[in-house]
Amino acid sequence: MSTHAQSSRQLGLYARLRGGDSWSIGDRLGVAAAWGAGLLLCLIAAAIVLYMLVRGIQYLRLDEIFSHPVAGTDQSKNGGFLDPLEGTLLLTVIGTAIAAPVGVGIAVWLTEYGRPAGLARAVESCIEIVAGTPSIVLAIFGLLVFQQGFFSFLSYEATPGVAFGRSFFTAGVVMSLIALPLIVGASREALHSIPRHVREASYALGKDRISTIRRVLLPASRRGIGTGVALGMGRIVGDTAIVVILLGASLQNDPEGSIPGLSLLQGTGSTLTTYVYNNSPVGEGGSPEKAYAAAFVLLLIVIGLNFAVDLITRGRGPSWTR
Amino acid sequence: MAPRGSKTAQQRDRTDQRAELLLGALASAVLLLIAFMIVFVFAKAWPSFAHNGLAWLGPGGNVNVQLEEIFASPGSPADYNYTLHAWPLLYATALITGCAVALATVISMLSAMFVVEFAPAWIASVLQPVIRLLAAVPSVIYGLIGILVLVPFFGNHVITDGQKESVQFVIQLDGSSILVGILVLTVMITPIMIAITVDALRSVPRNWTEGAAALGVNRFRALRTVGLRAARPAIVAAAILATARALGEAIMLSMVAGSVAFAPNPLDGVTFFFEPAKTFASSIVDGAEGLSVEPFGQTMYAFAAVLLISSAFLSFAGWFARRAMRKYTLAPR
Amino acid sequence: MDSLSDARGMDASRSLLAGAGQLAPPVRRIAPQAQPTVVEAPASGNGHTTTLGGLAPKLQRLPRADTTPLERMRTDRLSIAYGEKSAVNEVTLSVRQGEVLALIGPSGCGKTTLLRSLNRLVDLTPTAKRGGRILLDGEDVDSFDVTHLRRRVGMLFQQPNPFPMSIFDNVAYGLRERGSKKPSRRALEPAVTEALHRAGLFEEVKDNLEHPALALSGGQQQRLCIARSLAVEPEVLLLDEPCSALDPISTTTIEETIVGLRSEVAIVIVTHNLQQAQRVADHVAFMYLGDLIEYGEVEQVFNAPVAERTREYVSGTFG
Repeated sequence: MSTHAQSSRQLGLYARLRGGDSWSIGDRLGVAAAWGAGLLLCLIAAAIVLYMLVRGIQYLRLDEIFSHPVAGTDQSKNGGFLDPLEGTLLLTVIGTAIAAPVGVGIAVWLTEYGRPAGLARAVESCIEIVAGTPSIVLAIFGLLVFQQGFFSFLSYEATPGVAFGRSFFTAGVVMSLIALPLIVGASREALHSIPRHVREASYALGKDRISTIRRVLLPASRRGIGTGVALGMGRIVGDTAIVVILLGASLQNDPEGSIPGLSLLQGTGSTLTTYVYNNSPVGEGGSPEKAYAAAFVLLLIVIGLNFAVDLITRGRGPSWTR
Repeated sequence: MAPRGSKTAQQRDRTDQRAELLLGALASAVLLLIAFMIVFVFAKAWPSFAHNGLAWLGPGGNVNVQLEEIFASPGSPADYNYTLHAWPLLYATALITGCAVALATVISMLSAMFVVEFAPAWIASVLQPVIRLLAAVPSVIYGLIGILVLVPFFGNHVITDGQKESVQFVIQLDGSSILVGILVLTVMITPIMIAITVDALRSVPRNWTEGAAALGVNRFRALRTVGLRAARPAIVAAAILATARALGEAIMLSMVAGSVAFAPNPLDGVTFFFEPAKTFASSIVDGAEGLSVEPFGQTMYAFAAVLLISSAFLSFAGWFARRAMRKYTLAPR
Repeated sequence: MDSLSDARGMDASRSLLAGAGQLAPPVRRIAPQAQPTVVEAPASGNGHTTTLGGLAPKLQRLPRADTTPLERMRTDRLSIAYGEKSAVNEVTLSVRQGEVLALIGPSGCGKTTLLRSLNRLVDLTPTAKRGGRILLDGEDVDSFDVTHLRRRVGMLFQQPNPFPMSIFDNVAYGLRERGSKKPSRRALEPAVTEALHRAGLFEEVKDNLEHPALALSGGQQQRLCIARSLAVEPEVLLLDEPCSALDPISTTTIEETIVGLRSEVAIVIVTHNLQQAQRVADHVAFMYLGDLIEYGEVEQVFNAPVAERTREYVSGTFG
């Protein structure tokens, strides 16, 4: 009988606790640590979600969503956050409206054309750089650009030759930058996953490349593009730094100029994120209740967008092998 | 006669060419934009670096006072004051980012092992969307919870009066500290790292996991020695991604780590963790209103330039690491 | 279907002869060096052997050891099902040291499932259910820790699967990753060297032990996997179509290695290749749709199969 057979008697409880032959103490500690980390993760996630839920329900009153902020030193007594809510929606719309076509266009160029190769690689690296740059840096760069007199039509001219640089327009443009890499990435993936024979079939029918893209490839990549757009929107909704730098610090939306609509875009304002920021102890408004309420609404919006991404990715996309 | 709607070969080529030019121009426009950004930011930041030389990164004096003096510079360009020794900011950025990433890497590796191997099925299926949700929570909400819950908790219940007294001539301790900053930052960057690591562990070829099992190696050992090893490139990529996110985190840190630029002193013992600090990114946010004042604005751009340099450094490190890790992947045959 | 008792009968007679001090010559021996090389095609049902001309690698079959083959493993009415689908039906087989058992049969007949149950690798599949018993040296394999079982019963896979480490680390892996004390590299060297020798790989890699294992060729990788399995000194070695992904030269080398290991380790090999079964095996078990149809010595199964199905399979009528 080999020596193995003797050692393979069923291990008693004590031997198992001690570590035994196949699970050393280090291994057991490792498993315990893995369990610990996992449970810690669950705990923290539950704590954050439950805490925001409790505070949000505690402090959110429905009328807050629908009333404007009221200027006043004691923010906790009155006013709501309709303006910041509008601001968030407005910025999201502007940012996505710019980022989506540009992003899809770049993705199409990268996958379907991409010549010269050096330029394509440079553009790829460039998108990666944008993805990796902190939004605060993009924000002050945006301020730098839009303060040039040339861009004064986007905000307003404080002194001749120097634009104020802060408005919904300018903030929206820079917001599109942070959503861009997500849209480009998701669209590229979607386009890449379309097998070659689909393109070849379209070319064989006599269609040129751009028609193929417009009529065949883009509709087929709807799911991927949609995912990218939803992810980009999520990023825009949650960003604070760009708004702080590029949207001024006003509590209410301050239209600038006389043309309705356009004046809103040229004016300053706030979003849910800066509203929360300003109402926390670091900002001027000392009203944590409002901050919690607004944060809760913000969280709901983010959860909703996340859910939308889930829905989009879960649906059955085109199957090329059917 | 050609059917309606179709084009001749020539027309097709021309439309194609036009489309290609248009899209290419779009892509190049973004390229130009980013090139401009880098050039402009450095150009605006240059005076601050030029006036301080290498001492810009060194210690010396109180950064808060220096920044105030820069802001209060007299009006004429010749008299602008640029003096700055930004060591406390550099130190705080490196410290907070480094600790948070180290902590997050360990926690995410262990959590990923839990999710992939040891968690009961229902816990694993609940955790997946939860992790994705955590990754999407805006930083201002993390900052809010930090400043309204954690900072008072530490300030009132953890930091002892003795500790406060011991440093009272240098700095005020009120709970806003690098500790809270590191903790909240870790919670912010861990979810995305876990998601990447779980994906990587799940895509370890079954060949390897079965091979390890067939040699009589227990589940944990096999996961640690083969799974994590095969997932190493992904873990490194996740760490680099997390570092980039941590470096750029401005809003949350400005809320919880204190609004004082300070270099925490390790010689203070435990109190070291309770001392506040500012990073480059949070300094820019705190200085947002002063951006139009010339020398102050240029100093802020100098901070942004430092952030750009570190991002570039990180990308380089990532590219380098990816090459070094190639031997861990299955070589295509 | 008395093939099993026939097999037992033949074993009995063989052991009688062995006991009488005579070497029972292997009934089939592929030509030794002096003669022109031939490769024999799979036997047809009527017992003729046809020869193909041309050069072909040859296999020296070692003379059988003169001790009674020791039974190492046995399945006792083993059944395995994946969910509702039954993969193996009440199979009873014996695995002995000193000989090679080949499991043959068409795709889906359950031979791989049977093989993977011997080291309880089927337990990794959540939907798998086992009935019946498997015994290792008389003990039920469910009665002790599965990692102990797998150290005594090693396995080689169809696709060579060296870990992303150096050659040395691969072979030393099983020795390092058991128990808390990590043996030093110097302590492991003799074991690694010997395992590489037994696998027939040492000469080729002795100067490159630190090189990544993934840089080796397919045949070398598979031999590395053999070395890795041998390093933990198993009693039984399970081979799941080990040569199907390899070229003919590597295949021959590995078959020679397998035959060379026969006396020290009990070997079970699953193969699709009937010529390979004839070359390396001593006993053959033919399975079809989860049932064990026939079990016997290799010459008997190929030249004079008892069951009709077996005859059809080995003659190439189906499969």
